Amino acid sequence: MSANVGTKRAGGIGGLLDRPGFLASLFVSPAMLYMLLLLGVPFVGAIAFSMTDLNIGMLFNTMPSFVGLENFASLIDDPDFRQALRNTFVFAIGSQAVAIILGNILAQVLMAEFRFKPLFRVLVLLPWATPIALGVLGWKWMYDSIYSIINYNLRFLGLLTDGNWPIWLGNPDLAPIAIILVHAWKSFPFVGVIIVAANTSIPRNVIDAAKVDGAGFFRQLFKINLPIVLPIVTVGLVFGTVFAFTDMSVIWLLTRGGPMNVTHVLATLAFQNGILSGDIGRGSAISVFLVPILGVLVVMALRGIRREA
Amino acid sequence: MRRFEAFLKRTGLYTVVVALALFAAFPFYWMLMTTFKGNKDLYNPDVNPYAFNPSPDHPSPTMEHVDYLFNNTLFAQWLLNTFIIGVCVVIITLLLAVPAGYALSRLVGRGSDTMSIGIFLTYLVPPSLLFIPLSAVVSRLGLSDTYWALVVVYPTFTVPFCTWLMMGFFRSIPKGIEEAALVDGQTRLGAFTKVVLPLSISGMLTVIVFAFTLSMQEYVYALTFVSSIALKPMTLGVSTDLIRGDIFFWGSLMAGALIASVPVAIIYNMFLDRFLLGITGGAIKG
Repeated sequence: MSANVGTKRAGGIGGLLDRPGFLASLFVSPAMLYMLLLLGVPFVGAIAFSMTDLNIGMLFNTMPSFVGLENFASLIDDPDFRQALRNTFVFAIGSQAVAIILGNILAQVLMAEFRFKPLFRVLVLLPWATPIALGVLGWKWMYDSIYSIINYNLRFLGLLTDGNWPIWLGNPDLAPIAIILVHAWKSFPFVGVIIVAANTSIPRNVIDAAKVDGAGFFRQLFKINLPIVLPIVTVGLVFGTVFAFTDMSVIWLLTRGGPMNVTHVLATLAFQNGILSGDIGRGSAISVFLVPILGVLVVMALRGIRREA
Repeated sequence: MRRFEAFLKRTGLYTVVVALALFAAFPFYWMLMTTFKGNKDLYNPDVNPYAFNPSPDHPSPTMEHVDYLFNNTLFAQWLLNTFIIGVCVVIITLLLAVPAGYALSRLVGRGSDTMSIGIFLTYLVPPSLLFIPLSAVVSRLGLSDTYWALVVVYPTFTVPFCTWLMMGFFRSIPKGIEEAALVDGQTRLGAFTKVVLPLSISGMLTVIVFAFTLSMQEYVYALTFVSSIALKPMTLGVSTDLIRGDIFFWGSLMAGALIASVPVAIIYNMFLDRFLLGITGGAIKG
């Protein structure tokens, strides 16, 4: 850009600060260093720990031994782990599918005009805007084994027969549904909002020009709307999906992985093994299984960003 | 016939509107009801749960749960802890993200795209991958069981998001403004501090809002690193210390959840467009 302007006052610290390259590294390096130390190093640490027999009692006293892929091998033989791995996919894909359906409906509604729309927007964004741990507490109370308001409503509507009182979080068949519902509840408002935002970012004149040129509905959809909308929505969806794959707060607060370990996901199982039981090697190995999942999602996000630019 | 069709469409729209609003907001309505119901009323499956059913010795609605929350738990302390953590995280985030965002949007040439995408991707690395090694880091730093552990760790997700946000913001400031300052004899650093920063107040305000609310919402790291009751942030305190063994203090729990979540929800609503900008990196014009 204006390199000739920048170099006219050379020499000394001032001159150094005046060089765009030097100033840039001065500005970027604190953030980079911070992320490297507190994100990069732990990331490598997780992978390194997963190949050792490190546990909390040994930390800083005894050197852990390298055990190769032993932790991974013993995990694959463990039925609780296999259940958790399966659950991670079922819960994440199930909840995101529901969230995408509801989010699309929400987007249609938000693009229409109706009375009380500002109030509606506030109400419908509550699940996304509230700290998740607190929202989940509300659901935990709604799923209560004795006083469940959901059951009361279902009975009132005649959908529950007398003497039938489902225990949402205590029944191995219902607990997964209860969890998926809460995740979908948390995710769908943002899906709706990002679809609306992406749609409004289509320049009006482009649509008008296409109409003048005689583009039909489908042509307009595939040549104009989708290419603009999809990358933006993809980036938004990746955030929700990463959360659904890796979050532990919803399940930890609702079921702690119970009943009988049927609702554990990788995140909760890693927490239980690595933090609560102090088996750092095994816990790290469990969370390292998240890496390939994240890898796929990151590639999707990158494609979205590249196409946006 | 036309009118009938329009009527059907209208009815359909309002049905969907009501259904979505109910699904989204019902848990909060239920928190509100629970907060003000007396225990005799709350734990009685035979009465209509949507009404307040006072009994002679137990009034309903009642303030007893809110009183309990503020007088018999450390709720006020938890709010204070959350506030202290939030302020410290905001300061660290501003110091790191504003210069980084400026450099990546203006000063770096070819490598800036790669670097900024790298920063964006770090935002996708979840706590559940890092909490085990980070707990080793935290205990190495001597920060185990303090909220300073959270002050140190939370910027790992606020900095990437806010850097991305500031990049978008700085791009919207015309380059000519700095070039004019350089011609006027300012150094490049001077142009940044004296000319660009004053124009970036609203961008920095957004950073303050999101660094603060993102750290207010966090739960997983708090659960991992903090166990002393008096040091917990609000999300953790409410969800662990109003449950004693098998006994849930539902009235106070819901009161705490409601009081702590409403302000965040309002702020997020106000700053929604900015948040979208942060996520999509300026692909959407705000």
